[in-house]
Amino acid sequence: MDKTMNVLLAGFGGQGILFAGKVMAYSGLVDGAEISWLPSYGPEMRGGTCNCSVVISKDAIGSPLVVNPDVLVAMNKPSLLKFMDKVVSGGTIIVDSSTVDVKVERTDVTVYYVPATVLADENGIKGLANMILVGKLFKETGFVSQESLDQGLLKCIPPKKAAMIESNKKALSIGAQQ
Amino acid sequence: MSEKVLMKGNEALAEAAIQAGCRLFFGYPITPQTELSAYMSKKMPKIGGLFLQAESELAAINMVLGASAAGKRAMTSSSSPGISLKSEGISYIAGSDVPAVIINVQRGGPGLGSIQPSQADYWQATKATGHGDFQLIVLAPSTVQEMADFVGQAFDLGDKYRMPVMILSDGMLGQMMEPVSFPEKGDPVIPERPWAACGHGGKRPHNIVNSLYIEAKDLEKTVVERFKKYDIIKKEEQRAESYLTDDAEIVVVAYGASSRVARSAVNSARAAGIKVGLIRPITLWPFPTDAIEATVSTAKKYLTVEMSMGQMVDDVKLVINGRAPVSFFGRTGGVIPTPGEILEEIKKLND
Repeated sequence: MDKTMNVLLAGFGGQGILFAGKVMAYSGLVDGAEISWLPSYGPEMRGGTCNCSVVISKDAIGSPLVVNPDVLVAMNKPSLLKFMDKVVSGGTIIVDSSTVDVKVERTDVTVYYVPATVLADENGIKGLANMILVGKLFKETGFVSQESLDQGLLKCIPPKKAAMIESNKKALSIGAQQ
Repeated sequence: MSEKVLMKGNEALAEAAIQAGCRLFFGYPITPQTELSAYMSKKMPKIGGLFLQAESELAAINMVLGASAAGKRAMTSSSSPGISLKSEGISYIAGSDVPAVIINVQRGGPGLGSIQPSQADYWQATKATGHGDFQLIVLAPSTVQEMADFVGQAFDLGDKYRMPVMILSDGMLGQMMEPVSFPEKGDPVIPERPWAACGHGGKRPHNIVNSLYIEAKDLEKTVVERFKKYDIIKKEEQRAESYLTDDAEIVVVAYGASSRVARSAVNSARAAGIKVGLIRPITLWPFPTDAIEATVSTAKKYLTVEMSMGQMVDDVKLVINGRAPVSFFGRTGGVIPTPGEILEEIKKLND
């Protein structure tokens, strides 16, 4: 990872965008990085797209609002269309290709198409497409160590929902195999 | 300090208040401060405290006045339109010389405005929070850690000077999560309040907490005394962070959320060889005149950045008093400026 990684995760409300961002942020915290997590909380949250800015940095973080992401994770079409041109040149876009039927035309970014929603359904972990995409992001960027990612996940799941740990881990590892 | 955890700014404010010994919270819901009230409603009943959702903002602030008058640490929180509703009560608290902590997680205005982050309540917080001659101490955090740290300090300042203290935050700081740690638990030291109107079984003359004076001269005397206290605060309590200002020819002045964006812009400008620094007021009242004054001999130009149409810029101009040009850049209505926009302004000034 470079000095600073600006990540924007975007999709529909209910797809686990904020949770995926939180897992990334907590992993960064465990890894000893400076981190910030900023959700959209406006009208877009109440219908349509929802997004979340995560900054993981070796230095103190200025603006927590990610305008030009190094990495964009898009879980629906409106989000991809809205943000794909904002990604920095040389950046990365990870698309849930089971929910998005458009391709990114840009040639100066690396794009990964992962059928995350379909993969989640097929593997009996419905609703964890978000974590499959985080798994892919982890594989491609190595933004934290494997251990920090595992720890970060544990921090985000409260004890009474401990049953969710295994399925989330499974989702991360499916993503990392794509 | 405890282990670092990820928390929303709003939650950090609430947890810090509890750790500062606040057991009485009176609120009324409003976005984007909701998580603060929600945290209080969950936590207070478990620790023998009180979370009370009042019937209105007016009721909530007057409950704070009552609880404070009875000698207890009390707090309320709201966002911009709600603070307007509370302004009458805040004036009463100031006129009664009782401490209280009031949190404003600002959103865009005027009117119902927007629910997005804003800094358009600077004038309200520092100049005219309610009617009458009075001031609040106003603290402006810029990180979630500072949200936590400043709450305890606000309670202590309120006790020290017997006056209301406001934490002026905004929707960005309230909603975002960052690592935060709290001091190792020990019982907070809450000073005696010999002036409090609480039960004493007739063992002493009773105390009266009041803001009404029938005789104008009596009120004048009280207000003049209070302003002597304000003069001490202006001397003793100014706080600001100066960043790369030593050799700065351009000094950016920004607080809270916009100071974070400004810092990113300052770093980029430095990388481009521009001698620029940042002063971040931490106390908005008292305004950190000393920190700004300290740069006047070296700085050639000033740029104030706010999430408003320009309010704090007036206070910067008062300090500079014509000795250097003071320009302004802001976004309003709930729009957060980008580092790029501020960098452009810095470059324009450098040309």
